[in-house]
Amino acid sequence: MDDFYRDFILDHYRNPRNYGHLERPAVWAEDLNPLCGDQIRFELAVDGGVVRDVRFTGKGCAISQASASMLTEAIKGMRLEDVARLSKDVVLENVGIGISPTRMKCAMLGLRVAKSAAIGEIAGWPDEE
Amino acid sequence: MIAATRTPEMIREDFPIFAHPTSRGKRLVYLDSAATSQKPQAVIDALVTYYSEYNANIHRGVYEIAARATDAFEAARVKVARFINADQREVIWTRNATEAINLVGYSWGLQNVSRADAILTTQIEHHSNLVPWQLLAEKTGATLRFIPVDGRGVLQLDNLDRLLDGVKLVAISHVSNTLGTISPLERIVPAARAAGATILVDGAQGIPHMPVDVRALDVDFYAFSGHKMLGPTGIGVLYGKHELLEAMPPFLAGGDMIRKVEYEHTTFNDLPWKFEAGTSNIADAIALGVAVDYLSALGMEWVRAHERESLAYALGRLAPLESRGLRIYGPKDPAIASGVLSFNLADVHAHDLASILDTEGVCIRAGHHCTMPLMEKMGWPATARASFYIYNTQADIDTLALGIEKAARIFNV
Repeated sequence: MDDFYRDFILDHYRNPRNYGHLERPAVWAEDLNPLCGDQIRFELAVDGGVVRDVRFTGKGCAISQASASMLTEAIKGMRLEDVARLSKDVVLENVGIGISPTRMKCAMLGLRVAKSAAIGEIAGWPDEE
Repeated sequence: MIAATRTPEMIREDFPIFAHPTSRGKRLVYLDSAATSQKPQAVIDALVTYYSEYNANIHRGVYEIAARATDAFEAARVKVARFINADQREVIWTRNATEAINLVGYSWGLQNVSRADAILTTQIEHHSNLVPWQLLAEKTGATLRFIPVDGRGVLQLDNLDRLLDGVKLVAISHVSNTLGTISPLERIVPAARAAGATILVDGAQGIPHMPVDVRALDVDFYAFSGHKMLGPTGIGVLYGKHELLEAMPPFLAGGDMIRKVEYEHTTFNDLPWKFEAGTSNIADAIALGVAVDYLSALGMEWVRAHERESLAYALGRLAPLESRGLRIYGPKDPAIASGVLSFNLADVHAHDLASILDTEGVCIRAGHHCTMPLMEKMGWPATARASFYIYNTQADIDTLALGIEKAARIFNV
């Protein structure tokens, strides 16, 4: 687990990318991690079925906040239907090294919320799919 | 009298879990006894012996092993009664402290609390001693009041007499699970008595850590869990004053709690069995009796003294880390606190801190500790909590300090 806290992760934790709100998000979703009480909200601007802009807000541990921050960069420019179909790999490719099973929900919270926004209803936990 | 001549290092040897290093090969440093304690070999053996030598249902069997099971089960009740200075008829087996508190809420509460009454609790309570009273207030129309807590986690008794006006029940924790603060029962109980209130104490964090004499405390109900005091999970106790328990209606109904059953009518059993419907948790009750033996042999004065020393040592050991952003919550005074230390490190989330400590074999709790209203009031999203018990050594606390230093290094604070 100590392998997880690399410099770029801590940088995303302390300087989250695309943090804040959109003026008129086409879709949004928010959720809590029942384990930690971590909170994440995603807001997406959509044009022609494509995610043109994205913002997130939240509070919680470094894993949840850094994962969400990195995810905002990954989904910008993606088709909304592709966001809805994202698997846990998109998160694990970025932050996967060293996450213990007990903290996997923290890492997946942002993805669950982004997918919920894209689908229009609460998505399942990506790590359980 | 301080009975123990044994050191925490020797006590540690009695707990088989400490013989197993973590998957990273680290020595297990268990600092989460406020959540659940580890179990000595004698307690584990009591479970195995019951199931392998005399597993039988109690109270009605006429054969030898049924009699042996009944004797052991009731002998455990006598041990617990002596441990808290109660009569054995006043010791009701429950699943845990939570169930014991709910028993009082549903049985005594629905019979005695009405719309005009108030229930007084505190701002520091575990959900177990808050949510049952919210439900009782909803059902009866009674109002809930709270003894306030200051920024150090100490109860503020300035307006106690006014708060007690019209109060039917005072429900208070003996020791805070989040901050370790010991409630000043010696001040609250006489005032509550003078106001004519019934007094329930949530002793889940009290009885494992200090001598408890329910007569000396002069409380009406004292609820606790076995698993936080070296016993197994699934067994707890409600102590209640005899005359109160006599007057209360049963909580759960079924077998064992009856004297005579007809199709239309039932006569209930005597105390304590009136409140023990269905087959009890036999093995776990017997093993809790063994846990009580273990604690009695150490001496609860010694247990309390050891925790006072552990907390004082930890406060001293961690103080230099305050320059790295370590914040310690609670009274920080071993004279009025049990062996609980709540803290945060700079902008490191408590769960990240717990994960880094885990890599060093250190088990701590992180989160809201089932005290969400307290955390909200204090403005803490989450805290890390280390809690000490009889098997924790100064080396454990040194490892905790080194783990926090490692987290400070990783997070560059």
